[in-house]
Amino acid sequence: MQPIKPDTRQAVTDSAVSVRNVSKVYGDVQALKDLSLEFPRGELTSLLGPSGCGKTTLLKIIAGLLPATSGEIEVNGVKVTGPGPDRSFVFQDFALLPWASVIRNVAFGLELRGVAKSEREAIAEKYIREVGLAGFEKKFPHQLSGGMRQRVGLARALSVNAQVLLLDEPFSAVDEQTRRKFQEDLLELVKNEKKTFIFVTHSIEEAVYVSDQIAILLPRPSRVSEIIRPSSFRDKSVDNIRRDPEYLDIVDRIWASLRSYVE
Amino acid sequence: MLKHRPLMLKLLSALIVFGAWEIAGRVPVSYAFPTFIDSMAALARMTFDGSIFVAYAETLQPLVVGVLISAVFGIGLGLWIGLSKGFEWLFSPIFIVMQAAPLAALIPLLVMVYGIGLTSKVFVVCIMAMPVIVLNTASAVRNTPASLKEMATSFLAHDRDVLLKIILPAASPVIFSGLRLGVSAGFIGAILSELKITPTGVGDIITYSRSIADYPSMYAAIFSIILLAVIFLNLLEKLEDILFEGNNRGYAAD
Ligand SMILES: Nc1ncnc2c1ncn2[C@@H]1O[C@H](COP(=O)(O)OP(=O)(O)OP(=O)(O)O)[C@@H](O)[C@H]1O
Ligand SMILES: [Mg+2]
Repeated sequence: MQPIKPDTRQAVTDSAVSVRNVSKVYGDVQALKDLSLEFPRGELTSLLGPSGCGKTTLLKIIAGLLPATSGEIEVNGVKVTGPGPDRSFVFQDFALLPWASVIRNVAFGLELRGVAKSEREAIAEKYIREVGLAGFEKKFPHQLSGGMRQRVGLARALSVNAQVLLLDEPFSAVDEQTRRKFQEDLLELVKNEKKTFIFVTHSIEEAVYVSDQIAILLPRPSRVSEIIRPSSFRDKSVDNIRRDPEYLDIVDRIWASLRSYVE
Repeated sequence: MLKHRPLMLKLLSALIVFGAWEIAGRVPVSYAFPTFIDSMAALARMTFDGSIFVAYAETLQPLVVGVLISAVFGIGLGLWIGLSKGFEWLFSPIFIVMQAAPLAALIPLLVMVYGIGLTSKVFVVCIMAMPVIVLNTASAVRNTPASLKEMATSFLAHDRDVLLKIILPAASPVIFSGLRLGVSAGFIGAILSELKITPTGVGDIITYSRSIADYPSMYAAIFSIILLAVIFLNLLEKLEDILFEGNNRGYAAD
């Protein structure tokens, strides 16, 4: 009975997050309309779509920060009614505490959970190292570059050890070189952390490069127009992905379906 | 050298002001305007004979009580107004009116209700000090970045955590600037009440020395109040540094 049938090649593995017929209305703006999407466990799914199509909205509904107008979200089979320890968010605007040092910012999620100071700082230090900020523990956000701040936000989300990571354009504030480095790091992270990543981006190349599954959203009111699962190049070494014919093919295909909305 | 720059600048500006005062007193601008040196001599005399301490024992009572009440209730009320969604329209106008009201016109009314004792003076201090503290606190709380609150919520913060770990630290610079303004206004209120209600304490020194044309003493008293206010404001700044250590990082001018 669904008006839009998602690509049926998915649903082989079990889902960490299921979005079912979710609609969201802000006053007179309908941001999402009857959107359904499955996020396979342990994989990275990108949400790709024109600006203002409701990607942040969808992410916040999954996070439990916004109520859906209708429809429901399940995380590990449990209906979402608010934020939970199974999900953590990397914010588009970083949302760091300007009065707190890097280590306190990274440990903030654990602090709110009542983890003892020495324990949470040990965990925070580990993730600060993991995102490549070792040595900056005592610095304050204003002493960091945009990209470094973004990594603090990433380390904070990782340190609470949630099963599902929601990343809202986490690489928007970095230059192209750093961005490529981050994308490689992200691939490592997906491999090592065994978590489910939901990743919003504006970049077609980035989405294809890092994703196990790409969901293309239509402009408002937003639904999933297409789901693409790259198959052949995921196992190749990171250096070869960008030369892979399937990679180039998928980038072209996505551009072809999105360009009509730009013109 | 650079470390002492702010101090040097402060000393320099003090030197310029006092120099101008000395010159203006020597010209003289008015026969009722003493020189800086004469005024300091009068201040030294009042310090040695102890009269200034007696006066401050009197003046500080309404000032300290009034400022404490204003700080505690002002911040409390400001937090409440800032946090509640619907009450702003009801309370903010009261404090805006209080801030704008001609206090001198209200004093006879206060005296009629509360007499000429400490209560009326405390009221005057509160009327001067409270509005800016309430309004600053309320607007600071209301302007807490929504993204920080959302972040805390996403990491499972309770309402209490959001208040203590997000809203208060984020609002504290503006709350403290409200406190500084409120305290300065409280000083004005304390002296005003001593001039308008009953001449006691420092207000008495001012009134009395003016009536006998002892202008150096009058200006010495005024100067001592300004000095005390400056010392007090600096202490407040230190308190802010201690309470919200991270705040002056990233916001500080230099
Ligand atoms: N709080 C809100 N109130 C009203 N409308 C909103 C609100 N938040 C978002 N919208 C509207 O909902 C739509 C989707 O917004 P959203 O932020 O989810 O888009 P997005 O896909 O994340 O865009 P971008 O890629 O530019 O970040 C937009 O048209 C926006 O105007
Ligand atoms: Mg967005």
